[in-house]
Amino acid sequence: MGVETKSGARFRSAVDQTEIIVVRPASGAIDLRCGGHPVVAIGAEVPGDLTLDPAFAGGTPLGKRFADADSGLELLCTKGGEGALSIGETPLPLKDAKPLPSSD
Amino acid sequence: MHLGMLLDMAADGMADRVALGPQADGLTFAEMASRARRLGAALARRPGERVGLIDLNSVAVPLTLFGSAIAGKPFVPINYRLADPALRAIVARTAPATIIVGDGVAERVGPIDGIEYLTRTQALALAEDPAGERADGWTGDADDIAVLLFTSGTTGEPKAAVLRHSNLAEYIISTVEYAGSAADEAAIVSVPPYHIAGISAVLSSTYSGRRVVQLEAFEPRAWVDIVRAESITHAMVVPTMLGRILDVIEADGGGLPSLRSLSYGGGPMPLPVIERAVAALPEVGFVNAYGLTETSSTIAVLGPDDHQVAFASNEPAARARLASVGRPLPSLEVSIRDPAGEQVATGERGEIWVRGGQVSGEYLGRGTSLNADGWFPTRDEGHLDAEGFLFVHGRLDDVIVRGGENLSPGEIEAALLEHPAVLEAAVVGIPDKEWGEGVVAAVVTSDAVTEEELRAHVRTRLRSSRTPDRIQFRAELPFNESGKLLRRVLRAELTDAFA
Repeated sequence: MGVETKSGARFRSAVDQTEIIVVRPASGAIDLRCGGHPVVAIGAEVPGDLTLDPAFAGGTPLGKRFADADSGLELLCTKGGEGALSIGETPLPLKDAKPLPSSD
Repeated sequence: MHLGMLLDMAADGMADRVALGPQADGLTFAEMASRARRLGAALARRPGERVGLIDLNSVAVPLTLFGSAIAGKPFVPINYRLADPALRAIVARTAPATIIVGDGVAERVGPIDGIEYLTRTQALALAEDPAGERADGWTGDADDIAVLLFTSGTTGEPKAAVLRHSNLAEYIISTVEYAGSAADEAAIVSVPPYHIAGISAVLSSTYSGRRVVQLEAFEPRAWVDIVRAESITHAMVVPTMLGRILDVIEADGGGLPSLRSLSYGGGPMPLPVIERAVAALPEVGFVNAYGLTETSSTIAVLGPDDHQVAFASNEPAARARLASVGRPLPSLEVSIRDPAGEQVATGERGEIWVRGGQVSGEYLGRGTSLNADGWFPTRDEGHLDAEGFLFVHGRLDDVIVRGGENLSPGEIEAALLEHPAVLEAAVVGIPDKEWGEGVVAAVVTSDAVTEEELRAHVRTRLRSSRTPDRIQFRAELPFNESGKLLRRVLRAELTDAFA
């Protein structure tokens, strides 16, 4: 169970406003969730009967990157929301990025 | 990722921040996005598969870059300084297209099949028309072409480098923190819109939420005045600009009190100029960036901390890093290879190869120059030191082959520039009956110095085969407006003079 992630693929939360884009794909299908429920590909139908799981309500801030070291999955939040990202029930951590000096 | 999404993110998360112009009454990100969406809807309806721009810097540049992306048409900024026949040839290669033009350009270029002109004033009116339709979202996907940039053609017919949305977006999201700029940060953009640095400046500033103040075209006095008046904190300059800026501030003594970060790139920066800049601007963090059009801008950076460590060090290897371009970005790979494509040992010279999502390495109508594993040969010569710092020695095509020995002009130029009387130096190979190619130089000097003194100066630093046979003293060297030396022009002139 889960979704195939492809670089550039976009998903949205089934229970809040969160939208994400895949920066680096996972090595295989992955149980990617937001707000406790599986994410839905942008453009696909969103199940109408789900509600935000309070255990996964920490929020996903716009512009933040998330990375899962095990699968190689890396995501960017393109629309913020109340739901938090997880793989199965394991929260997806923020990517720890060292800022680069501005060169433009 | 599509550039349309990058603009949406800025407009969603930083709507009320000022994006363009003065802090008091500039355009906010919400307003910029709204105008780009109107212009995008208009450009989608207009004839042509591409959107060109032949103009100075203005609000129309970022609006057209994003408007083209929204319309799903490649943005093609063209060098307005080209002579008429060269400009006409490039415009014809851009057809079918709508081209946004500054004053007098349409008259200069004349009618061309498949080209429709729109003046800057007309384009801005479309963007500002409250009754105009606003595009919702964008057309096309991340694999489509976002920007076509004609190379400067210093060595042949200009090629159109292809940059896809995915290349540019990968560069931005891997190097820039979204909304990462402090509220008071502002950048001055004075590089022309047809330079990759002009494109990356728009995208980086938008994604980081940094206000941009544009200078129509670079002029040192105006640049200094804007930096002071607009409390500019960030700037990017090409080598020829920096020396001229320093002339202005050293003459008037006013400094650049608001400036925090000055990045330089687009060509080799003479070490004496950087030493002068650090002395004149002690509070500024210097950033040396190395990149190519074909790599969506920067691939290696020497940051402010690296500059400080190198300056403070007495150890030759550490000190030498001031002449490096720093370390490759963590989001890509760099390898140094021999002519057979095999990686060379650390410290050895070879061709710089690069691989990563931001690397396009593709030219319109010529296909990709990436190898099967996705590596791009840059045609630049360089080496990596033991700490992973990258040194760039110049274009491989400029290497002089004298009696079977390969000589890098960059090394000889650096030796000439260490002489206190030398302001600018260029070294080329010209036909030589005995050696195949002979080494000759052209210099611009500030004080009296003889050809023999300069030859002796080089001979004590490099071996005699690298000492120029002849040196020409000139009032100026032939640079293009981006600060790139026109070696082909210089080689022809020095061949006439010396061969």
